[in-house]
Amino acid sequence: MKITITVNGQPRELEIEPQETLAQVLRDHCRLNGLKISCDVQVCGVCTVLVDGLPVSACTYLAYEARNRKVETIEGLTTPEHGLHPLQQAFIDEFAFQCGFCTPGMIMSAKAFLDQNQEINDQDLITHMDGTICRCTGYLPIIRAVKRAAKVMGKTVRE
Amino acid sequence: MKRPGDFQTVNHSVPRLDGSVKVTGRAVFTGDVMLADMVHAKVLRSPYAHARILSVNTAAASERPGVIGVLTGADLEGLDPYYGHAVKDHPLLAMDKVRFVGEPVAAVIAIDELTAFEALEDIDVQYEELTPVMNVDLALDSDAIRIHEQVYAAGKFREFEDPQASRLSNICQEIHFEWGDVEAAFAKARYVVEGTFDYPKVYAYAMEPYTCVADVNDQGMIVYSCAQHPFIVRGDLASVFKVPLNQVRLIVPYIGGGYGSKSYTKIEPLTAACSWSVRRPVKLQLSVTEAMLTIRGDSAHVHIRTAVDENGKLVAREAKIYLDTGAYAENSPLVCRKAANRIVGPYRIPNVRVSGYAVYTNTVPASSLRGFGTAQVSFPGESQMDELAEKLRLDPVEFRLKNLAHRGECTHPKTSTASGAGKKERGALRPLDADILADVRLLEEVLRVGEPAPPKTGRAVGCSASDAGSKPVSSAIVHVYTDNSVSVLSGTTELGQGAHTVLAQIAAEEMGVELDKVRVIASDTGIVPFERSTGASRSTTVMGRVVLDACQDAIQQMVKMAAELWDTRPEKLAIVGGGVSFGKNHLSWGEVLEKHSEMAGFNIVGRAYLRQHGDLAQLPVFWEIGCVGLEISVDEETGKIRVEKLATVGDVGLAINPAMAEGQDLGAATMGLGVGLFEEMRYDGQELVNGSLLDYRLPRFSDMPGDIQLILAERQDGVGPYGAKGGGEGALNPIPACVANALYRASGVRIRELPLTPERVWRAIQEARRDQPES
Repeated sequence: MKITITVNGQPRELEIEPQETLAQVLRDHCRLNGLKISCDVQVCGVCTVLVDGLPVSACTYLAYEARNRKVETIEGLTTPEHGLHPLQQAFIDEFAFQCGFCTPGMIMSAKAFLDQNQEINDQDLITHMDGTICRCTGYLPIIRAVKRAAKVMGKTVRE
Repeated sequence: MKRPGDFQTVNHSVPRLDGSVKVTGRAVFTGDVMLADMVHAKVLRSPYAHARILSVNTAAASERPGVIGVLTGADLEGLDPYYGHAVKDHPLLAMDKVRFVGEPVAAVIAIDELTAFEALEDIDVQYEELTPVMNVDLALDSDAIRIHEQVYAAGKFREFEDPQASRLSNICQEIHFEWGDVEAAFAKARYVVEGTFDYPKVYAYAMEPYTCVADVNDQGMIVYSCAQHPFIVRGDLASVFKVPLNQVRLIVPYIGGGYGSKSYTKIEPLTAACSWSVRRPVKLQLSVTEAMLTIRGDSAHVHIRTAVDENGKLVAREAKIYLDTGAYAENSPLVCRKAANRIVGPYRIPNVRVSGYAVYTNTVPASSLRGFGTAQVSFPGESQMDELAEKLRLDPVEFRLKNLAHRGECTHPKTSTASGAGKKERGALRPLDADILADVRLLEEVLRVGEPAPPKTGRAVGCSASDAGSKPVSSAIVHVYTDNSVSVLSGTTELGQGAHTVLAQIAAEEMGVELDKVRVIASDTGIVPFERSTGASRSTTVMGRVVLDACQDAIQQMVKMAAELWDTRPEKLAIVGGGVSFGKNHLSWGEVLEKHSEMAGFNIVGRAYLRQHGDLAQLPVFWEIGCVGLEISVDEETGKIRVEKLATVGDVGLAINPAMAEGQDLGAATMGLGVGLFEEMRYDGQELVNGSLLDYRLPRFSDMPGDIQLILAERQDGVGPYGAKGGGEGALNPIPACVANALYRASGVRIRELPLTPERVWRAIQEARRDQPES
């Protein structure tokens, strides 16, 4: 079937199979390989992308469900005008990744949180991010990075 | 030697060189590799733990549209299908029998993954079920069914004293050593504690599951894989395909986590055999569920007793360690040897007797996993340290300080070692190269172990020492260019630990150039020189040192060139700030090269090679220290443990990149908390029953303590560059024992089986209450 998805601001007309997941379509049809797949069962959060601004696990989200909606992936965060997104810079500055496999999903999940909240605190941040697993860092550097980015983005960070 | 403060690039927390590619999604992992004409494989796996294969009928699968080929154990004629660096016991597809649920039996190669997957159901395999041997007790029964019915050849990277690779029993490897007079020491001891401890089967969960792309043709083979040790995989592939080493080219892109689970050969022989059979490039991408059926950490059943005298000095330890190694040897023979060494701990114990057994069972094969046998034996060892402290009415920290070996002392003297048939003398291990007493005091300061804890909370500290670094055979090449840029060619793989950034920092420091002038070209066996492995915390120490040596080799060459240019002797020149000076004349390295060669864009090659020789002759290369502490609280109504505080001391000699060294410690400690609190691969009957992330519980954001203190001890006492030593495993090793010891102090229950799940803790508390009703 033919559907249209707006991927990182660009409308894309795509020929898909009904059973294809958003992860498969983004990786295999759109060649957006920044999206990674790990657990396949919507537990690890590695495949997180934003659909109309909300985080979804692309590994179990049918591409069909994303028709006529806006999908954002890690590739959409960097723009020629602005360079790295504040979250991306903060992840580098705070050593908030090691192997980097969870990083695209982690950053997209954090972006959804920051986009929705003008004022953030540790508890809400941890609750929001709890659905994304990182096996390398022990999480603390990620929390620091999201808070650093929040400040850069003009959010209020309650310690 | 340069001291902290003297360095330009080293000992600074510079940002990681892989930062921008990893945060933008542009980092290439093996799963992102696409080759022209590439097809996809999927694997049919055994439903039985132990069965003879009677027949495999692939006709229907082969006829499916889109299927290009089907491969079974019967199709491997012309290959040597068995691989294994320690014991050559592992067929790339099951040959005559299957030995665990999940063992690959056949592979379908098709135009896409879905077609290959759907064709698997058309393969008809007839099995004759055999009695499964599901645990170590059954495997060691005198009339036990044999899992392997033949004796295998030793693998080429065995590095064992014992030449015999396997014998006709279910014991894959055994090791025995002893020193002192153990019986007499126990007879005279003031207190003896004795117990049996169980450590679970653990899944490393590298978030990137095993992935491989292989292209085998008459030019040889190119294999992309997430392999930690590409040179050892190269050796195994050359042996399987009976081709020279130079026909096998392993390329390792960024690795999505390894933690030991991607060390040594995994799915590369099978992927290459698929490509060999269909004569096209093939990608094999496992799921997490399949990865859980590929490798796990060894579980351990340890019987141990430890004795002290009336002065609180350790006098004897005796231990028998049984590792459940699963169906194939993988790296378990070495894990067994290391576990045996490491159960001694970083303590002075004059009388020691240890036996270790790696035992085959019909479960998923076990191999290296971060810590490598140490966590398995630190759990019993450190638990008994706290048990003894209580008997002596000593503070557990004070008791450890009384017994910790000092720097320069030898914890493992010369001894006789017996493994299998013969007895052999074994030389003493390297004297301790760390001041663990000072480490413990650093911990005490931040954790305040001695002060009273709030109710239902407990604190504990734990120590471990691991003979680390593996066999130090390592080489590196450094290119220096006329524009003063530098490339480091290294076989060290980047699995997140940050080795490539560290190696670049060392090269920048030595060459006197800015860090952004240095690139690391890595882990392509067709281009970079030999490196044994990326594991055992060796890369900073061993590869770091050989990169430093290669830089020095390049500098020596360029000093000679400059001397020729200035028509003087090399001794007259001074090395200054990224170049060389003679009187008032100064040339940068790039200028030396361009003037000498009279060629823009020229480069020279510095090279170096290390082996187990000189100051590296005595193993281990270094002792990796674990020194951690934590505070937990216990909800006695639910049995749930919450970790409130965590403190680690990274005894790393010198941190080349302090932020990354701390990151290694926190990551390792978090894995330790996982095993301490909830991680366990559970078998029920023949099958792994929690083989997916829906059921296998991992540490999450909300599990982390609110108070985390990461301390680095930098005493420049290692054999690595600038006195560095490795890190990244130590902070895991004592953590499970600390959780158990802290639980005892919080709730008075001593649990000798991990993980300390709410159910297990709750039951133990209930049992204790029943046994001791409140008066």
